[in-house]
This record gives sequence, structure tokens and C-alpha cells, in this order.
Amino acid sequence: MDYTIVIGGEAGQGLQTIGSVLARLFSRMGYHVFSHQDYMSRVRGGHNYYQLRFGDIEISSSRQKAHILVALDLATIKLHKDGLEENGIIVYDAQLIKKTFTGPEYLNVPFDKIAIETGGDRIMSNTAAVGAVLGMLRLEITLLEEIIHENLKKKGSDMIDKNILVAKAGYNYAVNACSQCGFFPQIQDKNGHMLIDTSQAIGLGAVTSGCKFYCGYPMTPATAVMNYVASKAHEHSIVVEQTEDEISSINMALGASFAGVRAMTGSSGGGFALMAEGVSFAGMAELPVVITVSQRPGPATGLPTRTEQGDLLFVLHAGHGEFPRVVFAPGNPAQGIHLTNKAFDLAEKYQIPAFIVTDQYIADAQWTYDSIDTEDLVYTDYRLRAKEGDELESAYQRYNYSEGPVSPLAVPGISKRLVVVDSDEHDKDGHMIEDADTRVKMVQKRVLQKLSLIQQEIDPPLFYGSEKPDVVVTGWGSTYGIIKDAVMSLGKTYNIAMLHFSQIYPFPLTEKFDYLKILSEARTTICVENNATGQFAYLMRGETGYKFTHNINHFDGRPFLLEGLMGEINERVR
Amino acid sequence: MNALDDYKGQEPAWCPGCGNYAILQALKGALAGLGIKPHGVTIVSGIGQAAKLPHYMKCNTFNGLHGRALPPATGIRLANHEMPVIVVSGDGDCYGEGGNHLIHAIRRNIDVTLLVHDNQIYGLTKGQASPTTTQGVITKTQPFGANASELNPISLAIGLDCSFVARGYAADTVFLKSIMKDAINHKGFALVDILQPCVTFNKLNTYKWYTERVYRLDDSYNPYDRVGAFKLAVELSDKIPTGIIYINDKPAFEERISILKEVPLVRQGFSLKNALKELDKFF
Repeated sequence: MDYTIVIGGEAGQGLQTIGSVLARLFSRMGYHVFSHQDYMSRVRGGHNYYQLRFGDIEISSSRQKAHILVALDLATIKLHKDGLEENGIIVYDAQLIKKTFTGPEYLNVPFDKIAIETGGDRIMSNTAAVGAVLGMLRLEITLLEEIIHENLKKKGSDMIDKNILVAKAGYNYAVNACSQCGFFPQIQDKNGHMLIDTSQAIGLGAVTSGCKFYCGYPMTPATAVMNYVASKAHEHSIVVEQTEDEISSINMALGASFAGVRAMTGSSGGGFALMAEGVSFAGMAELPVVITVSQRPGPATGLPTRTEQGDLLFVLHAGHGEFPRVVFAPGNPAQGIHLTNKAFDLAEKYQIPAFIVTDQYIADAQWTYDSIDTEDLVYTDYRLRAKEGDELESAYQRYNYSEGPVSPLAVPGISKRLVVVDSDEHDKDGHMIEDADTRVKMVQKRVLQKLSLIQQEIDPPLFYGSEKPDVVVTGWGSTYGIIKDAVMSLGKTYNIAMLHFSQIYPFPLTEKFDYLKILSEARTTICVENNATGQFAYLMRGETGYKFTHNINHFDGRPFLLEGLMGEINERVR
Repeated sequence: MNALDDYKGQEPAWCPGCGNYAILQALKGALAGLGIKPHGVTIVSGIGQAAKLPHYMKCNTFNGLHGRALPPATGIRLANHEMPVIVVSGDGDCYGEGGNHLIHAIRRNIDVTLLVHDNQIYGLTKGQASPTTTQGVITKTQPFGANASELNPISLAIGLDCSFVARGYAADTVFLKSIMKDAINHKGFALVDILQPCVTFNKLNTYKWYTERVYRLDDSYNPYDRVGAFKLAVELSDKIPTGIIYINDKPAFEERISILKEVPLVRQGFSLKNALKELDKFF
């Protein structure tokens, strides 16, 4: 079984609340859930929707067709009724949208009236809607009561009781009124699932990597990471600071890093553009820092709340001059946690900027897991800290390379070691120089020797599907789930496989896994990207000389949906 | 008491006669007088002639980007609020390129001492107008004269209710040293604007020009009176007051962050096991 629910309405109507409560409910019932959000850049009005897919198999993408459409306004019906599955139902409140529809696909549930009559306040109409959806699905209501308890703990028992009554009334109304509802979700006897989105996962990755300092400036869709870390600031003792601008963010994070704590910042393309000089400085001063770039369609302000993979090459090259960096692009929340942990580890180990690149789609999309493996999460303190009787005052040189290109990184102020960092080219002590000989030695240390070490740390792309495929669909970052689902479905028709790159730079070597052999032996190779110019395909060609036989590029600001992507792959293969 | 030689760094590459030498001397004297050891302090700077100062001393040094000294200084203090942090900047670096950071560093009231070498001209880039250049001065890049009115850092800081505002004069090194000591001792953000002749590029504001105008504020002046301080800052007069112009004792930024109440961030431990408990909250 595999059902899709779309909740649509204006910004401010609470569709996100309905969606997130249902997502938690289904995941707690033991179903697999996948959700994504489509919203406009406004606080009130417009048209937004929340799409939620749940089933008894793993789900990692969104579909085009919905089984249940919860319409909180008239526009939702107009915009989404053609996307209704056969036997799908549109549930709406005729009084609320001031229009009545006839036909078997329509179910009128008076959300407002139920809320007012049962709970005494129209504010509870969203609870009535959640109850009604459960009623349409003939699912148990007990877990909803539990979630209402958790959500409204602070509002007091009166509000909790009223909401539970309203939920039950909505539920009963739908059970009685929807004789045509033919949904039969199999009851899950498993334990509940973990429900998490990739922004939370990156924040969680930061918290579990010992991040002690996060600063940033609000920008959609990057703010969600900061929100999560801020929500853990007290409990895990993390300083979180909203800066005056992104230039301040990167520089403040570098200050904290210099002073001995793990630091992180993040933004979207426009804000990150302001950080470019600071990124270059991190490269020169060899200061560890982790930076999240949550992409949205550009250039400039672009489409602020929508999705695109248009900044890969920008992140790869941001900052003047030559210096090493790592760039990761998680394809799901589990990768989000692991790659954030790896970003912190490599940033500290090699004293470099490390990037995590997401986009609006993957940042907001929720996934479910039985659990996420944490065995390989690491925390190694690479800093040179104070020891008892530490009297090495004159011996320490910040950029000494006698033991290799990675110089010991001392923490200032807690020992007698003097730590000198400089944005100018410098000598081993950190003082500015201008002679050619020192410059050459420093570039060899800082850039060339480090880069070859870092390259060994990069894992190969993920390979899924047929072992000797005729068709290989390749993607990076946020398209992991959709490509995997498409390849799984098309596996019945073709000898097909997926290559997914989440550790993008330094570009993976072929020694660990020869992905170039797979590509060159396939008949059709397709690079799927949510951008106009095929930035990953360009990178692949530059790094390996390999050119994909086909490309699928979207640049409408919307995510790929399963049926659409399958259709486009079919067109390329035929 | 430490000896000045304890702070001896690299040989300065400033012009002979530059006001920076005296400021460097005053800073070493202030640190020595306060008993702050070279490894116990971090000096942060941006880019400019003033920003080279930490290299000419012995200290932990964060010589960052042009205009961007205050953000890392804030980050450093938040990571380790037991270590004094001093920012050395210039009028171009701090009032021009980094103006936004100055406003917000004052608002935060982070416990950082900001020393601005204010020579009313760009030195490193060879003689262009700075935000404090006198209106009308013609330079190579201001063919019609520096037509923007001069920035008044003292009134700006008092306007923002900066917790410590002072002005020093490089040539009055003894008084400058005492101002610096008070600024470093002050709990909260302290701005010291330091008048400094540029012997190469500023032919207007010379040693002679300053010496004729500068005077020391005496004990009869009350720096706790904000309106009085503002009046002094904006008064049109041939005389330029030096000394502590405004003080407002209020909690420093670090003190307002509950998790920094006891142990500095850099000394706080991390337990992966404890952090991993966060995963359970997603069920």
C-alpha cells in the first residue's frame, strides 16, 4: 500500500500543522513516510501545499497523484483536482470555501462548525481536519490523542481535552459521511519510525559532532538548520548568534574556531556569496569551519522559497585563490547526519573549510527510518590543548610543516604557545612574508600536499540496481531518493542502475570503486540535475573526461516528481 | 609588572615618524602595566597599516580580512571569555569597510577593546580619503574633493550607548597608555579613537596641527553623563578633547549568555554519548 495526501491552502491557514501532525502520526503508527513542502515567499495568503506519502515500504520520493486532497481553500481544488488518483477524495469545508461541489470525489466536512460546536473555538478546525483524514482512512485515533497531548502540553489540559473532542468529532463525521472512501491501509504491528528532515539531520549532525558555536543570518531555506541548533543551545551548551550579515557570520565562526571550538555557519546562495572572502581566508589561515549552503533558484533573489541545484560550481570555487576544501551533498537525512559529522571531522583534521550543500526540497523533506546507524559517527579532538606544566612557549610555530602539511593547531590563551594566524602569506610562525621561496613552500604545504591527503578520505558514489546495467542514471545531492525510486520501478523494464554522488569534492577516485567502468560499459547514461546547465555533468567531464550520453535538467524551481522523472528517463532510453 | 621587552615582536615596516610607533609603545606599556602576558591575550586586526601592529608585538594574533576584525574578535571572546581580546584597526578598516560590524559590536557590548588608529587618510593604499578625512580634501581618487561629511566616531558611539568611549592622541603616549589600560579593564565594549598623524599622506592633520588643538579632559569632567558627553562630542570648537568621554557600565554580552556563566566554551567538554540521545527525540 502507498497513499499520498496533499494538504493545500493559503499561507497562515495551518496546513503545515495538519501535514506535520499527520506525518508524525503515520510514522509513529509504523508506516514509512515521505513528505515535502511547496510554499510561496509570503506569510499570509497565496497557495502553499504539503505533500505526504505513506506506506508499508520504504519511500524516498514524492508522486504527482494524490489519494486524499485536503483543500483549505478554493484555489487548492482548482489547482490540484486534476492530480487526483482514480477513486481519490477531495475533503473540504463547503462553508469555509463558500462553494459546494457534487460528485463522488468530494467530501464536505464542516471543519469550522465542528471546531466551534465541539471545542468552542474555530482555531481547532485543523484538528477537525486531521481527525477527518484519519476517519477517511479508518485508522485508530488513539495515537492522535497522544500527539495532541505532546503538542499542547503548554496550553493546559482544557485545550488538550477540547482538541481531542474536536478530533474525534471530525473523525466520526468522516466515518459516517464518507461511504465512498475506499482506503484500506494495512495496520502496522511494528514499532514507530523516526521522522526527520535533512535540515534537522544536519543540525543533529552538528550537535553530535561537538559543534559549540553556530552563527548565521536568516535566509530561506537555510534557517531551519540554525533553528534546530538553536533549539539545542541550552541543553548541549552551544553558543548561537544571529549576526548582522553573512560577512560577519563567516568571520565570527572563524574567530571561534581560532579560539578552540568547533564552529559552523550556513546560508543560501545569496548570503553565501557574501561569505566568499571569508572562505578564502579560512583557506589561507588554515582554520577549520563547516558551512551549509542550502540552495534555492538564483541568480540574485531568484525564487526564494523554491528549489534548485544551481550553486554546485559556485560552492566549489567560492573564494579567491587556491586552497583545499571538501564539498558534500547529502541525498537524505541519514546522509545528512553522517556527512555533517564527516565534514566536521575533515575540517578539523585538515584545518579547511568543509561544505554541506542542500536545497529547499531536501532541506524540508521528511523521511522515516527504523533507526539511523550511529556506529561510525566520530569525534576526535585534533587540537593541541594545554597540558599540565606546558612550557613550550617559543617552540610552537602555527604553520610548521616538518611533520607533514598539517601543522599542529594550538588553542590560544590556554597554554604558553603563541598562535599567530594571518590572511597574508606567512612563514611558519604566521608572520607575513613576501619572498618567493616561502610562498612556494607554503602553497605546497597548504594546497598540494593537503589536497592529495584529503582525496584519500572521499568515499565513492553509491551504486544501486543492476550490477551490469545498460542504463545508468546519475545524480548528486537531493535527487537521491527520486532517482532510487525511479530506478527501482524501472528495474522491471530495463537493466538499470543508479550512481549517486554525495561526496563530491575532492572528486572520488576510482580505486575504491570503478564507477567510470560502469558508466563506460552502459549503453545509456543520464545525468539528472535540477539546474539548467548540467553543473555536475560538467564537473564529471572536467575531473574524469567522461561525458554522459544524456541529461535531464529541470529549472522550474520545483522538485522532480516520480511519474515525471520516470517518463523522462523512458524518453532518453528509447 | 612585565618588561616592555617581553612584548618585542618583528621590526615594524612603518614610515619613519609614523604615529603607529607611539601607539605600539603605549599598548605594550598598557599590557605590561596590567600584567597581561603575551600568551594570555589575543590581538585581532583587519587590513591596513594599523592592522600590522600585532606582528610587531608578541601576542596571540588573528590578522584577518579588511574591515572584518570585530566579528572574529566577538567569536574569540564567546569561545574564551577568560582571555582579553583587543582589536587594532584604522579609520578605513573600522569606520569604512567594517562600519556595520562596529554598530553591532557596540550593540552587543561584547567585552572587546577596540583601538582605532585614526589618521584621517588611507595609508596602505597610498593617500585616498577615509571616512574621517576632512570634507573638501582633494586626493587622487577624490578629484572633486572628499565631499561626504566626516564621520564622528565619538558621537556615533555615544549615540549607540557604547559602554566605553575614549579618544587618545598618539603623541601624548603617557595619557594614551592610561586610557588604554582603562579601556582594557572596562567590562564591555570599549572604543578608543586614537588621533594619529600620517606623515606621508596627510598634509593637513600634522603633529603641529594636532598639538595646537588637543587637550586632556581633567577630573572635573563627568563621563557618566550621556548628554554632556554627546554635547562634547558634537561641539564645534578648535579644541579636541582627549580622555574618557563616555562610560555606561552595563552587563557585557558574554554575561548575558547563560551557558557561559561558569566555564568558558573552549573548556567545556563534549560527550558524543550524551549528544546521541537527541536521535531518540525523532521517534
